[in-house]
Amino acid sequence: MTAPVAPANPGMVTLTIEGRIVVVPPGTNLIEAAKTAGVLIPHYCYHPSLPVAGVCRMCLVEVEKFPKLTPACATSVGEGQVVHVHSDKAREARKGVLEFLLINHPLDCPICDQAGECELQDYTFAEGRKDSRYMEPKRFNPMEDFGGDVLYVPNRCILCTRCVRFMDVMAKDPVLNVSERGDRAYIGKFEGRDLTHAWAGNVVDLCPVGALLSKDFLNRARAWELDRAASVCPSCSQGCNVMLETRDNVVVRIRPRPNAAVNQHFACDVGRMNYRWINRRDRLEYPVARTANALTPASWSEAVQQAAAAIGGATHVTVLASPSLSNETLFLLSRIAVHVGASSVMTMERGDEVPLPGVPDLSLRAERVANHTGAALFGSTESDAPLASLAAGDVLIVADAAASVTTIPDGVRVVVIGTVLHESLLPHVVAALPVCNFAEEDGTFTNLRGRVQRFLQAKAAPAQARPSYRVVGELATALGAGSFPPLAADVFAVMAATFPAFTGMTYRTLGLQGAPLPLLVEASA
Amino acid sequence: MGYPHLSHGRETPVISKYFGDAEARTLAGWQARGGYEVLRQALATDPVDVQNVVKDSGLRGRGGAGFPTGVKWSFMKPDGKTHYLCINADESEPGTFKDREIMRWTPHQLVEGAAVAAHAIYAETAYIYIRGEYTEPIARVREAVREAYAAGILGANAMGSGKRVDVHVHKGAGAYICGEETALMNSLEGRRGNPRIKPPFPAVAGLFAQPTTINNVETVCAAIHVLRNGADWYKSLSSPSNPKSTGTKLFSVCGNVARPGNYEVGMGFSMKEFLWDVCGGPPPGRSFKAIIPGGSSVPILTPEECEGAVMDYEGIQAAGSLLGSGGVICFDDTQDMVRQIARLARFYAHESCAQCTQCREGTAWTTKILERIRDGQGTMKDLDTLLEIADNMTGKTICVLSDSCATPVVSGLKKFRHEFEAKIPKNRSSVMVPSFTTAAA
Ligand SMILES: Cc1cc2nc3c(=O)[nH]c(=O)nc-3n(C[C@H](O)[C@H](O)[C@H](O)COP(=O)(O)O)c2cc1C
Ligand code: SF4
Ligand code: SF4
Ligand code: SF4
Ligand code: FES
Repeated sequence: MTAPVAPANPGMVTLTIEGRIVVVPPGTNLIEAAKTAGVLIPHYCYHPSLPVAGVCRMCLVEVEKFPKLTPACATSVGEGQVVHVHSDKAREARKGVLEFLLINHPLDCPICDQAGECELQDYTFAEGRKDSRYMEPKRFNPMEDFGGDVLYVPNRCILCTRCVRFMDVMAKDPVLNVSERGDRAYIGKFEGRDLTHAWAGNVVDLCPVGALLSKDFLNRARAWELDRAASVCPSCSQGCNVMLETRDNVVVRIRPRPNAAVNQHFACDVGRMNYRWINRRDRLEYPVARTANALTPASWSEAVQQAAAAIGGATHVTVLASPSLSNETLFLLSRIAVHVGASSVMTMERGDEVPLPGVPDLSLRAERVANHTGAALFGSTESDAPLASLAAGDVLIVADAAASVTTIPDGVRVVVIGTVLHESLLPHVVAALPVCNFAEEDGTFTNLRGRVQRFLQAKAAPAQARPSYRVVGELATALGAGSFPPLAADVFAVMAATFPAFTGMTYRTLGLQGAPLPLLVEASA
Repeated sequence: MGYPHLSHGRETPVISKYFGDAEARTLAGWQARGGYEVLRQALATDPVDVQNVVKDSGLRGRGGAGFPTGVKWSFMKPDGKTHYLCINADESEPGTFKDREIMRWTPHQLVEGAAVAAHAIYAETAYIYIRGEYTEPIARVREAVREAYAAGILGANAMGSGKRVDVHVHKGAGAYICGEETALMNSLEGRRGNPRIKPPFPAVAGLFAQPTTINNVETVCAAIHVLRNGADWYKSLSSPSNPKSTGTKLFSVCGNVARPGNYEVGMGFSMKEFLWDVCGGPPPGRSFKAIIPGGSSVPILTPEECEGAVMDYEGIQAAGSLLGSGGVICFDDTQDMVRQIARLARFYAHESCAQCTQCREGTAWTTKILERIRDGQGTMKDLDTLLEIADNMTGKTICVLSDSCATPVVSGLKKFRHEFEAKIPKNRSSVMVPSFTTAAA
C-alpha cells in the first residue's frame, strides 16, 4: 500500500494526464478527466450518456504504479495519478485492438455510409497497422432489417454494445441483445421485436461504426459532403439541440447535438424524420399584392405598403401566428398586435407524449410545435376555433400558419407572412410576403421549460424570401409601431430590453447551448 | 481414493476419503461418518472465529486463483445487508474433474461445506452453481439438499440453531465462462453469463448487487476438515517447505497416463513421484512428452521441468507453470503438440464470452492459424504472429480467459517449437487461402 496522498485541491482530485495537470471531481473517469485537458483517449464502447461497459478495451492507458494497463472508461481518477495515453505500451495495446477489430471487418468503407465519420476508420488511420496479417477467411453474416429506421450490417459490427445498452437502459425497451459467443457473436433482435420505439433511431448515432445505418439516410451523401449548422429541433416543445446537415442546400439529415440540460446526446425519430418539409420546392418565392381583382408579383415595398394599408383600415385585426415561429418574429408580431389592438391566437398540433425513460425530463412532447412558450409570452392564446369571431371588415394576419386556416368569412382580408401561399386563402389575400423557414434564418425558440435556445441558418432561402423577423419588422415600421433592426441578434436585444422575461439575455450569453429565462432562474432560486 | 483406481498408499485422503463408498452419499451414511457435526458447532460459533480458524489454516481457494479463503471470508462484515454465498461447481476447465467426484460420492460434504461457509460470511443463502453437463452430480446434490431440508439441517432453523441457512442448486447451461465468478453471478441472476468489470468486487456488490463470497466446491469441503481438526492439523498435512501452501489438494489426472483419476496428496508432494509412482507413469512402452499441471489454462511443462517440482502453489510456479485447478493433463511421445494446442485454443475460442475485443477475435484468430499450421499450410511468419497475438491477448481483458488461451500457445511454442516448424513446408512464404466460407449464426 502506498501512503495516501494529501489532495492538492480539497474536494477535487488532482492528477497528471499526458504531462498536463488535471483537477476534476472525485469519481470522474479517466476519459472524461482527459477531455478536460484536451486529451482524447481513444474509445469505442464508452459513451458519456450510457452506463460503462468496459468491453472494447480500446481505452487502455498506462497509469504509473498500476501493474497492468487499465481501461480509462472504467477507472476513476486518483489523487496524484500519472496517466500516459501515448506511451509505447498503451499505443501497442490500441494497435492490437484495432488489428483485432479489423481482421473480420469487410473494409468496405467506399460503400459504407459511416465512412468519414467512423471511429474505426479514424483511429486506424491515426494509429493502426498499415498492413494486414490476417490470411484466414473472414466471418460473414447477412445484413438485417432491425425495424424502424435501422439496418444492421453485422460484418462491420465491433460489438461495443452501445446499441444494446441504449435500448436496455435508456429506452427501457430491450429489443437488442448480444447473441452467440466468441467470434460468432452478433447483435440479435428478440423474436418478434423491432426497433420501433420513438427514440430507437439514436442507436444509429451511437454506433461508432457503420454497423447500424439509417434507412432514411442510406446512400444519401458522403459524410464529408455535408454542411452542418447548429439548430434546435422544431418538431416539439422539448427543443432538442440538433445539427441540420445539408448537402447542396438540401437538408438530408437531422442529428442530435449534445446538450446536457435538454437532450443529452439524443433526438427522437419524429424529430429526425421531420425534415422533408424544410426542402419543399412549392414555396412562396416573391412578394405578391392585389391589384384590381388579381394577385400579381409586387416589389417588397409595394407589398408591405399594401399589407400595412389593409391592416390600418381594418375594423379589427386578428394575428394567427404559428407557435413554431422564432421568439424574434413572434415578438415583432406582438408589436403590431399591440399597436393596432389586434387579438393574437394560435393553434397547436398534438400527438402522444413519448418519454426517453433513461433521461430525466426528456420526452417527445405532446405539443408538436417548437415555441408555444414563446408565443404565449408574447400574448398569443391557444384556440380551437381561432377564426370564429372574424367578421366582414376584419383583417387576418396569417403568419406561417396557413395549414390551420379553413374557411374565411366573406369580407375578411388576409395578409400572409409565410413560406407557402395556401390555396384556400387566395380569394382573401391582399398581400403575401415570402419568408424563410427556420432552417433558412437565425432565431431562438423558448422550450416548454423556458429555455431559450438559438438556431442558426443552415441553408439559403428560395428566391426573394426574407427572414421572417425582418419582414415582420418592416411591416411593423410601415404601421408606425416603431423601427426595428434588420438582424436577428439585434431584434433579440430589443426584445430583451422590452420584455422583462428576457432581461439580460443576448445571443452571446445564450451561446449554442441556450439558457433558461432569467425569471425562471429567479423563481427557482 | 484415486477413483476409478484404488487409492494409492501415498495419498492423504481427507476430502476424498469416502470416494467409492456409496453409503457416504446418504444423509444417514454421512452422519454416521461424523457429518454435520462441524456445521452444528460452526452455527454456535461467531463467524469471525470461524473465519480466523480458516485464516490460520492457510487454506487457499481451490478454484484456480488460490486466494486465501479465510481472508476472503473476512471481507464480509456484519453490515445488516443480505449476503450471498455462491459455490462454484461449474468445473468446465479441460482436465479438471475433482469437484465432480466430490459431488458424486459425498454430496453432503458439499452441502455441509456450503452451510458452514454461508454462516462464516453472515449469509443465509447459498447457491450451488453446477455445470449443466454434470447430470449425476446435480441429481446427487439435489437429493442431499432435499434430505438436509427434511432433517431440519437446512431451513429457517438450521440444526436447531435458530439461524436460517438455505441452499439452492442451480444447473448451468453449458458455458465454461460461467465458472468465472462474476459471470456465474450474472448467470444466476438470469443474465447473459458475461464477466463483470471490477470494481465493484463481489464482496462489495456481487450477486443481486449484495455482498457475495464465491468459493470452489473443494474449498468449502476442505474448510469442514479444517474446522473439525484445527488449523495446525491441516498445516501438518502438507510439506513445510512452502508454508503458504497448506493441507491437501485433489488432482485430477487425465490423458496419456497409466492410472488416470483423482488423487489427493499433501501440498508439496513431489511431482515426479506423483506422476511416475502414484499415477503409474506413462502408458506402457511410452514416455511423457508434456504435462499441463493445473488445468488447460496454465503453461505446459516438459517432463524434465516436472521432475524437480513439488506440487503446491509456489512449487509449480517455480517450475514455470501454475497449480491452477489441479487438473493434470499428460501427453505422451505419440502426441502431436500442434494438434493438442490447436484443440485447446479452439476450446477457448468457442467459450469466449465475446465481450473483450482481444479475446473474441484473438482466440478465434489463434485457432485458425494453429489449425492451418496443423494442416501443413503454415509459414514461419505465423509463429511470430502467434506470439504477437498472444501478447496482445494477455493482461488486457476483463477476465483471464483471453490470457488462458494465449498461455498454452506461448509455452507450447517455446518448448515444442520444433514440432511447429516441422509442419511448415520448407521455403513457403505465402499460403493458399481456403475458399470463402460463411460462419453465420
Ligand atoms: C474463465 C474462468 C473460468 C473459471 N471456472 C471456474 C470453475 O469452473 N470452477 C471454479 O471453482 N472456479 C473457476 N474459476 C475461478 C473463479 O473465478 C473463482 O476464482 C473461484 O471460483 C473462487 O473460489 P475459490 O476462492 O474457492 O477458489 C474460473 C475463472 C475463470 C477466469
Ligand atoms: S451495432 Fe454498432 S453500436 Fe451496436 S454493438 Fe455493433 S458496433 Fe456497437
Ligand atoms: S423530442 Fe421533440 S425536440 Fe426532441 S427530437 Fe423529438 S421532436 Fe425534436
Ligand atoms: S476475456 Fe474473454 S471471456 Fe473474459 S470477459 Fe473478456 S471476452 Fe469474456
Ligand atoms: S471504452 Fe473503455 S473499454 Fe471500451
